[in-house]
Amino acid sequence: MTRAAASWRRLPRPGRAGLVVVLLILAIAVAGPWFAPYPPDASIGPPFAPASAEYPLGTDGIGQDVLSRVLSGGRSVLLLAGLATLLAYAVGVPLGLLAGYSRGVAGAIIMRGVDVLLAVPALLLLLVLATGAGAGAVVLVIGIAIVHVPQITRIVRAATLQTTGRAFIEAAEARGDSTARILGVEVLPNISGALLADVGVRFTGSVLLVAALNFLGLGLQPPASDWALMISENRSGISIQPWAVVAPAALLAALAVSVNLFADGIAQVYARASARRVEASA
Amino acid sequence: MSARAAITVRGLRVETTAGDGVVEGVDLEVAPGSILGLVGESGSGKSTVALALLGYCQPGLRIAAGVVEVGGEDLLALPERAARSYRGRVVSYVPQDPQTALSPSQRIGDQVRRVLRRHAPERDAPETVATIFGRVGLPADAAFARRFPHQLSGGQQQRVAIAIAIACEPSVIVLDEPTTGLDVITQARILEEVRRLGRETGAAMIYVSHDLAVVAESADRIAVMYAGRFLEHGSTPTILRQPRHPYTAGLIGAIPDHRRFTRPSGMPGVAVGVGEWPAGCVFEPRCEQRVPACAVQEPPLEAVSGDHVVRCLEWRRTPAFTRLERLDEQVERHAAPLLAVDGLVAEYGAGGARRGVLHGVSLTVDAGHSVALVGESGSGKTTLARCIIGLHAPSAGTIELEGEGLAPRARARGAEARRRIQMVFQNPYDSLNPRQPIERQIAWPARRLRGMSAAQAGEEVGRLLETLRLPDRSRSRYPHELSGGERQRVAIARALAAGPDVLVCDEITSALDVSVQAAVLDLLGELRADLGLSLLFITHDLGVVSAIADQVLVLDRGRICETGAVRAVLGAPQADYTRTLVDAAPTLQDASAGGGS
Amino acid sequence: MAEVGLHDDGGRHLNPYLRFLLRRVAVGVVLAVLVSLLIFAATELLPGDAAQAILGKTATPEAVEVLRAQLGLDRPAVQRYLEWLAGIVQGDLGNSLSTRGPVTEAISGRVANSLILAGITSMIMIPVSLLLGAYAGTRPGRPGDLVVSGTSLAFIAVPEFVIATFLILLLAIGTDLLPPVSLVAPGTSPLATPLVLVLPVLTLLLASIAQNVRMVRAGVVDTMAAPYVQMARLNGLPEREVVLRHGLRNALPPAVQVIALNLQWLIGGIVIVEFVFQYPGVGQLLTQAVALRDIPLVQALAVLIAVLYIAVNIATDLVVVLLVPKLRTAGVQ
Repeated sequence: MTRAAASWRRLPRPGRAGLVVVLLILAIAVAGPWFAPYPPDASIGPPFAPASAEYPLGTDGIGQDVLSRVLSGGRSVLLLAGLATLLAYAVGVPLGLLAGYSRGVAGAIIMRGVDVLLAVPALLLLLVLATGAGAGAVVLVIGIAIVHVPQITRIVRAATLQTTGRAFIEAAEARGDSTARILGVEVLPNISGALLADVGVRFTGSVLLVAALNFLGLGLQPPASDWALMISENRSGISIQPWAVVAPAALLAALAVSVNLFADGIAQVYARASARRVEASA
Repeated sequence: MSARAAITVRGLRVETTAGDGVVEGVDLEVAPGSILGLVGESGSGKSTVALALLGYCQPGLRIAAGVVEVGGEDLLALPERAARSYRGRVVSYVPQDPQTALSPSQRIGDQVRRVLRRHAPERDAPETVATIFGRVGLPADAAFARRFPHQLSGGQQQRVAIAIAIACEPSVIVLDEPTTGLDVITQARILEEVRRLGRETGAAMIYVSHDLAVVAESADRIAVMYAGRFLEHGSTPTILRQPRHPYTAGLIGAIPDHRRFTRPSGMPGVAVGVGEWPAGCVFEPRCEQRVPACAVQEPPLEAVSGDHVVRCLEWRRTPAFTRLERLDEQVERHAAPLLAVDGLVAEYGAGGARRGVLHGVSLTVDAGHSVALVGESGSGKTTLARCIIGLHAPSAGTIELEGEGLAPRARARGAEARRRIQMVFQNPYDSLNPRQPIERQIAWPARRLRGMSAAQAGEEVGRLLETLRLPDRSRSRYPHELSGGERQRVAIARALAAGPDVLVCDEITSALDVSVQAAVLDLLGELRADLGLSLLFITHDLGVVSAIADQVLVLDRGRICETGAVRAVLGAPQADYTRTLVDAAPTLQDASAGGGS
Repeated sequence: MAEVGLHDDGGRHLNPYLRFLLRRVAVGVVLAVLVSLLIFAATELLPGDAAQAILGKTATPEAVEVLRAQLGLDRPAVQRYLEWLAGIVQGDLGNSLSTRGPVTEAISGRVANSLILAGITSMIMIPVSLLLGAYAGTRPGRPGDLVVSGTSLAFIAVPEFVIATFLILLLAIGTDLLPPVSLVAPGTSPLATPLVLVLPVLTLLLASIAQNVRMVRAGVVDTMAAPYVQMARLNGLPEREVVLRHGLRNALPPAVQVIALNLQWLIGGIVIVEFVFQYPGVGQLLTQAVALRDIPLVQALAVLIAVLYIAVNIATDLVVVLLVPKLRTAGVQ
């Protein structure tokens, strides 16, 4: 059996469903714009026109085709959320390794900084940043990364601390191995499970935060086609033309839930694998 | 049996939900006031039997067949509700690890009273708690009863567990490895309490343990378990003097004796686990007196004489039991010691919480010699090892290797110094990187500290695997695929890959089964002879000391209280502390002379 | 969060709980000051000149300069920060750039509204999460648990505004039961017209309970697998006592910490919900202020919310210490 097939079998059923839906939505988001019947930001019809053969999902408040906008609206969420998550890991993992392994002042300083950032609720921090730096995609990505870094640093630090207490690390230190080698070869592979379990949570969080800020009008600006932005823009016409709101809402909800289910499935697989490894030592 | 048995078990079978057997065909009877010792190594199923005596089994297992008769009723046939009224009242249980078995959020006095309230409400009162605590050697005052479990020492926690077990005056008490994790002196005291309680209350006791020496000191009868079955069963003196099953003989032969300086010998092969039971006799794959018939059908229990039964087709051929004497090798003396520690002072913690662990310790290890460092937990022996290897910086004192002073931290030492002193750690499940194949882990020190190329290191790995009697296919395996004994041998191979002169062994056999321990000690002895290795062996186990060391130092709370040749110190200890240790450590010798209580 | 723990010196000095509280409050104050620094730095020191942004791209450089001087942006940052901090402590939160009036006026009245929303939500969310989590966790794998866990799975991670949108569609526009927006006349309390609270509270509950139940359940499952629970059964204690006193009682501290974690989320949720339903609370004010880049208002609101959050965390830490004897009596032997 190939490794992929083996991994699939170990995933619990909700996790499998999640993966399937995520891939589906990914496909829609990435390939969607090529299938859009009309340009997403062109006002080509009457505002809030009901669903018809011409406009399968009707039009929105300024006459743009809802279907086209829906097909084009996924890329932004995924791109921004993905970038933010990657950036967060790029900063958080080294910080966490350092904080967990160093016995000196560096670790303490990092963790105090983490404490301060954690004392501010996520959305609040983003709103504050948006005030100072203005609305827009760049602020969004950097802001969300800043929100995630403290949590990632904490998790990586905790996992590192757990690992550095173990005898094989001490054996490496007694051999005189360099810090870089110890962190890279002895520590990192042994915390990869914790990281893997965390990625899903982080990415889901990023998706939700991007959506929240776009919804509030503090992220992407019109005429960008983004699912959350669409929900916000078309709320006023919800009684006349619900599709302009329901379509993007359904897709957004499906994305968030399925990513979460998949992430949860991975976390369960990891937990079971590490439990089995612990059992093998009992 | 003339007296009516307090507990009778017939045909017990426990299996996993998948159908794999865990315990098979177990029969036993224990008379009131007597103690049955249930001995087995890890994977033997002894803990499962212990729980089954209360009609209980762990989630994931089920009791498939059998009868457990206690107080006139078959516990296994009763509905759950009715069975519950027997647990704690007629049959009670003393757990292995009291720290996790006592509820952390309830005061200890209340925990005793809860059980009283359930089974004997007329006796539920603070005075009863005081009486019971007094009987197990705990303070009887009200303030003590208000403590939480985490405020007690390990020995006190275990006494509380025993108190709860005797509170309702049960007729059967099951003790599951109750002294594991306690130091030798506390263990001796608790065992004495247990024997006394048995005599006083007239309860039948089943004492489950992996340590035959401990069991032998207290039990009237011994049952030996392997792969879920009883292999032999008889009175203690008989079993110890004339074991009839090859496994029993092997087990006894593997136990070191610090009074008689015997050489422990291991058994070939690896213990069998759940789901791996061979067809025919379960011990057959490892047995040296097997015949073709042994692999065909499982032998039934046969009577050797009176109440001595054995499960072996060839028991008549089991040789009369003799022990091997330890050979003292002659090692040449050098003028200057290889490793010299002088006036070492070490501390832990910072600021106000700083506490001293070593208070001026000095020792020397000559080339080719084997020196043992003995101490209880908290004596500072592990700290000493860590200072020598460079993982802990002492606050005063020097460590010298062939006259050259060593820097406190390993990083600051030269590559040569790091190469020449290597350490093997206590926990084989922890000292190997779970994410690296064995080959890489053994090869790295050779490459890093001896400058070998990848190819050369690969050859060295092969050589070391062979020396340590590991199959060559272990190269590509990961640690979790190996057993504890195999992992420890890999750890030794990794240390040897650096080509050291001194090997520091920190309790390397404490986590291993006694037969595996014997094999590892055997191996180390050979390596020492072949490679001219010097050993610094740190342990709390006097038996191990007698098996492997030439000289011994006794460490008491950070100070050396006695030092000398091993036969002299263990045979005629001068210091009080040493004498207490030597007396408290269990041996088979005392047991086989007179038997249990 | 700082580690929780007490040191009991036998009652010679202050009551250990009081000492713990004082220590945590001291840490909290330091934290609050650092957070205020963070907020100040984020709003005033980031690139993107505030004056420029307020006046827009078409403003002349001179006009921008005048506004900068007016706002005091030409003075050194440290001085501005200290003046601002001093002002907060004295109760002067500055003047809002949008209303031109004191910030305190703009905020007052709204704080109560948001607290009502948060309070009602918490009062329902906490007991329901604990009960459902305990129910599911004590019978894992059985039908009761499958129903609870399955339902939660469907709701976890659905964004609040999506839930709000669907609720509005179904309950406000589809039927006529509830108002689609939660407008409250200024000066009156939302409690006078309780119907406006239903949809916002329902949205918050649906978005948060699932996650809470999940985590409480996990904690309960872990606790029920602990050795002391098995030991209680081996002592023949009745199952009910085993579950309640040995199991759930010891699962409470981690459950409390789960709740505390979710209060952080709740703050974000309230901001969104107030925006969607146009509920006159602090959250709605904040989003308006951010859109207008009304810096003094944003700063004041942010500090207020952050301090409140820190205070709540201190309270939960105290609750955990009260529940866990080991932390209470560390140091007594």
